[in-house]
Amino acid sequence: MKKTIFSSSKYRQYKSKLFFYAVCAFSGITMIPLFLIIWELLKKGYKQLNLSLFTEVSPTSMDAMLAKISNEPIPGGILNGITGTLLILAISIILAIPVGICTGIYLAENPKGAFSKLIRSLSDLLQGIPSIVVGIIVYAWVVKPMYSYSALAGGISLAIMMLPMIIRSTEESLKMLPASLKEAGLALGGSYSSVVLRILLPSAFSGLFTGSLLAISRVMGETAPLLVTVLGASVVNWDITHPTSAISLLIWEFYNDPNLAPLVWTSSLLLLFLVLGINIFAKRISKKWKIQ
Amino acid sequence: MENTINTNNDKYILELKNVSVAYTPEKKAVEDVCANIRENTVTAIMGPSGCGKSTLLRAINRLHDLYPEIQTTGEILLKGEDIFKMNPMKVRRLAGMVFQRPNPFPTMSIYDNVLAGYKLNNIKLSKSDRDEVVENSLRSVALWDEVKDSISKKGTFLSGGQQQRLCIARAIALKPEVLLMDEPTSALDPISTNRIEDLILELKEHYTIVIVTHNMSQAARISDNSMFMYLGHLVEYDTTKQMFTKPKDKRTEDYLTGVFG
Amino acid sequence: MKDKIFKAILFAASALILLLTAGVVYALVSQSISAFSAFGFFNFISSTEWDSVNDSYGALPFITGTLITSLLALFFCIPFSLSIALFNGEYFRGTRMSSIVSAVVDLLAGIPSIVYGLWGFYVLRPILIDMGFSAQGFGVLLAAIILAIMIIPYASSLSTEFISMVPNELKEGAYSLGATKLEVIRTVSLPVSISGITAAYVLALGRALGETMAVTMLIGNTNNIPMAISDTGNTMASIIANQFGEADGLKLSSLMAIGLLLFLITATINFVAKYIMKIVNK
Repeated sequence: MKKTIFSSSKYRQYKSKLFFYAVCAFSGITMIPLFLIIWELLKKGYKQLNLSLFTEVSPTSMDAMLAKISNEPIPGGILNGITGTLLILAISIILAIPVGICTGIYLAENPKGAFSKLIRSLSDLLQGIPSIVVGIIVYAWVVKPMYSYSALAGGISLAIMMLPMIIRSTEESLKMLPASLKEAGLALGGSYSSVVLRILLPSAFSGLFTGSLLAISRVMGETAPLLVTVLGASVVNWDITHPTSAISLLIWEFYNDPNLAPLVWTSSLLLLFLVLGINIFAKRISKKWKIQ
Repeated sequence: MENTINTNNDKYILELKNVSVAYTPEKKAVEDVCANIRENTVTAIMGPSGCGKSTLLRAINRLHDLYPEIQTTGEILLKGEDIFKMNPMKVRRLAGMVFQRPNPFPTMSIYDNVLAGYKLNNIKLSKSDRDEVVENSLRSVALWDEVKDSISKKGTFLSGGQQQRLCIARAIALKPEVLLMDEPTSALDPISTNRIEDLILELKEHYTIVIVTHNMSQAARISDNSMFMYLGHLVEYDTTKQMFTKPKDKRTEDYLTGVFG
Repeated sequence: MKDKIFKAILFAASALILLLTAGVVYALVSQSISAFSAFGFFNFISSTEWDSVNDSYGALPFITGTLITSLLALFFCIPFSLSIALFNGEYFRGTRMSSIVSAVVDLLAGIPSIVYGLWGFYVLRPILIDMGFSAQGFGVLLAAIILAIMIIPYASSLSTEFISMVPNELKEGAYSLGATKLEVIRTVSLPVSISGITAAYVLALGRALGETMAVTMLIGNTNNIPMAISDTGNTMASIIANQFGEADGLKLSSLMAIGLLLFLITATINFVAKYIMKIVNK
């Protein structure tokens, strides 16, 4: 009798150990794709990684084919995509950050009102809209009435996607401040607006900054909404009412054109590098500021 | 009961008349408090936790205005003027406040922290005036010598006791009429507590101080007069000496002898 | 005065969110009305036809394609994301090890959809061809595998939070009765956090439903109802991405109508997840 209890507990221990190893194995497997993807992009993309990538616009299919035949590297770069991404991001930042921060302050300052609850759930709703749907909405709002695809339309669609993230991070980082901070400011006779603008916002700055950077990195690689709003362009364009390119749109073009395929890896490498770089930078900075 | 200490004919700097504070219409945290406070004294407000002592103190600074659900009634006269008829920002400038936990503004340097009241009120000072205010305020809290070489560092780098003295400096930089302190030493170690207590006795020369404390011996050490509050009522208000030696009310006596609290 | 203006600005910004949402709904509804009136709502969602020549459109293949790929992806992602959640929230909670793992998983969430698509196309697709799943490799299976990788971070990070919230006293109670770690997980940790974990998977499903680029690149883009996991098909998001550029008239309106349906489905899914979480937090 004693022996069976002993062996069964041994069996249970064994099962528990086995489960632990399975958990570790599955967790390990999950991390593999990240490294495989980075490896693949490095392996196939480094060849085209040169200065002209940043100084020249994307080549035509014809030029690329000729280069391929004579066994030369494909000429041109993705300058039009880089400038386009910068332009579109600048528009979305200008639109989303002020509105997002103001709404976040409103929600943090009026946490319980019915209006706040409504706005909070609408913000969640906006966050859940698939990116392609955001794209076609902005198509109906902006592209159709203006009779033209435009950087502005792309900027608006990315702004809609950033907005909920900025609202959330503003509200959360303001809520993390001790209530006495606001009271201390008011106790010194400060007006409501000066206490919010000079004490609360600066104190929450690290959270706001990180939140905004993460939002930017999240929308930077978006392709689907840009496909139906900015269309793409083969030249550098700074006019916000004109069609524009973006790094992600160029990847899509290169992917669809066998002649340009070698460029797809280099531009993806650059995009991934930018997105993950901002992502890591944002988290580093928030950690560093938190310790202080 | 007439809660006034008539020792001489000094003017009262602070007069509370039937002050009540209600969090909800049914639940009053402070009820019908009447008390007058003389200039350049230290008045301690004591009582078990939840008795309404902090609530009363915060009413004098009109901090309850921040929470629309809180109703304050009655009159509070500051130098004869009803604070509820004044601009709340002016009230708060005249009544400095020091909080339980030291809370220097985390993004500001020590220098800017002292001047925070001026900045928040958009009062422009010349560079020499600013330097003077900072030095004088820090000297009055005996912090100047400790921080004068690191004046542009963040206030949050200081120790807890230093931070609390910085917060006092921040409050007195605006030259308030009264200084309200809400358990200013409850988050500090004994040595820092000692220094703050010494400081309070020094500040008494220039300011009128009202301090909430849950520490009876602290009240005995530093205050001239004491209030004892219980369940939102001001049970007893007398000179500290009188209260600690011959309390008039049974509840005060029970509290002071440790029956509850 | 200044305070009043300031408060008015804050309120206006919040009201703008309300306006924005109203605009979203209005745009989708007004653009899809002509499709719904031409085909009828129920006919539109139950028709399998997608015919540009006769200008007759139905959304059923795409609705089924979306549901099949997303549910399959959810199914694939469960063992991995649950393992990550147990790894970070139970076995290695608060250790350096878990912060490394969660950082890597976070980065997976940061990879753009189009890069996942590329990787799926050039790396995963040839593997599926070699294994003999289908001649071209495209299809529901390929799309679902990539989708699963893409939603693991969303499912696991939220699950981790809920698992690590299980109070230690509860687990200690089980340990003191002689339970092994696995038994504690099975009888305490998982049952206590199950509603939260469910919410995490519902949210992840919402992500999968709307995912566009990677799926468009991998699913094969055919307008049929997929009958097997090796079949090609289209999802609601991928048909929009594929055909929006050249569409006008009734076809454009039909694509908008599909967008509206997708919006409604994801909104419902997100609402359900939030509702479950609300119950959990109470």
